Amino acid sequence: MEKVAIIGIGQVPVREYWDKSLRELGARALLNALEDAGRDQIDGLYVGNMMSGTLSEQEHLGALIADYAGFTGVESLKVEAACASGAAAFRQAVLAVASGQKQCVAAVGVEKLTEFSGRRASDALAEAADADFETSLGLTFVALNALVMQRFLYERKVNRDDFALFPMLAHRNAVHNPNAMFHHEITFDQYKKAKMIAEPINLLDSSPIADGAAAVIIVPAKAVNASNKRIVDVLASALATDSIALHDRPELLRLKAVEQSVKRALDSAGITLRDLSLFELHDAFSIMSILSLEASGIMSAEEALQKIKEGYFDISGSLPIATMGGLKGRGHPVGATGIYQIVEAVTQLRGQAPEPIQVAHPKYAMTQNIGGTGATVVTTILKGQN
Amino acid sequence: MDIPRYWRLKDQRYRLQGTVCEDCGHYSFPPRLVCPNCKSKRQKPFAFSGKGTVFSFTTIYQTIERYQDQVPYLVALIDLEEGVRITAQLTDVDSDEVEIGMPVEMVVRKFYADGDNGPIFYGYKFRPIATGS
Ligand SMILES: [Zn+2]
Repeated sequence: MEKVAIIGIGQVPVREYWDKSLRELGARALLNALEDAGRDQIDGLYVGNMMSGTLSEQEHLGALIADYAGFTGVESLKVEAACASGAAAFRQAVLAVASGQKQCVAAVGVEKLTEFSGRRASDALAEAADADFETSLGLTFVALNALVMQRFLYERKVNRDDFALFPMLAHRNAVHNPNAMFHHEITFDQYKKAKMIAEPINLLDSSPIADGAAAVIIVPAKAVNASNKRIVDVLASALATDSIALHDRPELLRLKAVEQSVKRALDSAGITLRDLSLFELHDAFSIMSILSLEASGIMSAEEALQKIKEGYFDISGSLPIATMGGLKGRGHPVGATGIYQIVEAVTQLRGQAPEPIQVAHPKYAMTQNIGGTGATVVTTILKGQN
Repeated sequence: MDIPRYWRLKDQRYRLQGTVCEDCGHYSFPPRLVCPNCKSKRQKPFAFSGKGTVFSFTTIYQTIERYQDQVPYLVALIDLEEGVRITAQLTDVDSDEVEIGMPVEMVVRKFYADGDNGPIFYGYKFRPIATGS
């Protein structure tokens, strides 16, 4: 397999775009990434998206985005893996270049949630779960995560309020990211008073779903000048799956697809967790953050709840997370999120992050995009030229 | 309208019919084509007793369109006595009375009505079993 590198990144700010269409958002991110790469051609396009059929009455995004961005004729298709659609599209783009079939491929993640006011995003999001045996019985996507968190509180006997530090950290970093949805900090008091969505998950445990699009351009590593500080090497991209329904997981608190995808990614990158300079994790809900840290092998969930108090995950800490705000602060444009994470990791590795949130001398970055409640997990490891 | 789904799932929704593996005895609900334990494809129908205990639960305050008129309501993961876990709503109980480990049994109740004039769908929910009786 060919080694591959990222030569361009692009994004639009995460917002509620009443005035911009799905195609406009996707094509804009793609064109931004091409401009950043200094290229004007691609020979492949993978579009990560989850809900365009349900929320915009628009499928066939491969052809749509290629057409609207001026690349009619190019091989292009949509990749869907619930909230992990973005990184799953990236994975396909990496495979296309690594196999030698393609020379310059774009992975675009795009989601548009504000097209229909009558149709609700929570209905569309719930489509990530088991329709026959979860959703049609009244389960929401938040409720599934709440079942996990409730069991966690019961088994591990931790203080529920300790979870507050994760969304607080995400918001603190998002303040400095112009592309983030939120630019305000949140307080412990606000967390404690936040409205319940599905007990014990409250509004501030939950990432806000929003509109957004992000893109990366991937080429064979041998085709670029390695001394260029802007080039970021893709050391690994690994996807693993678990049972779609929670009731089919004998160990509910164990995210086995996280374990598997991290192990595969580290093996193929040839590095260890200690080598990581930052970790963009999938903080769709604060319970997911700590279970991801545990299943990734970084530390136990209980330890994570303690270490965050000591600044372990801050920008200047041992392992910065959610450096640009994470899903909670930057926002969670579902099928685009995985590409935002990669774009942000590349920004960090290039040393181009806004000064207050730039990690010092980063070398390796890991991103992790989770679909459903852990049913699809994509872990990516990137290396900068530092 | 999800009448075909409702019709297809009637054995599950009214009788908790799953499968048991003819090779290793592993139980599954919902029914499976392939045994998750031994990969055998020899699966035969099996109706579960409907008795179990609460493994986890949540009260839902914001929900999908279909269940809009029912909030707040309780859902749970329930460990059936045969050793299978199932997702279902809890009924005949208040949220502050529910706890993990609580014994429950299956009853057939209304799920939701499909619009103002559409059919009403029914299926399994679980209620507390009175203890000490
Ligand atoms: Zn078997």
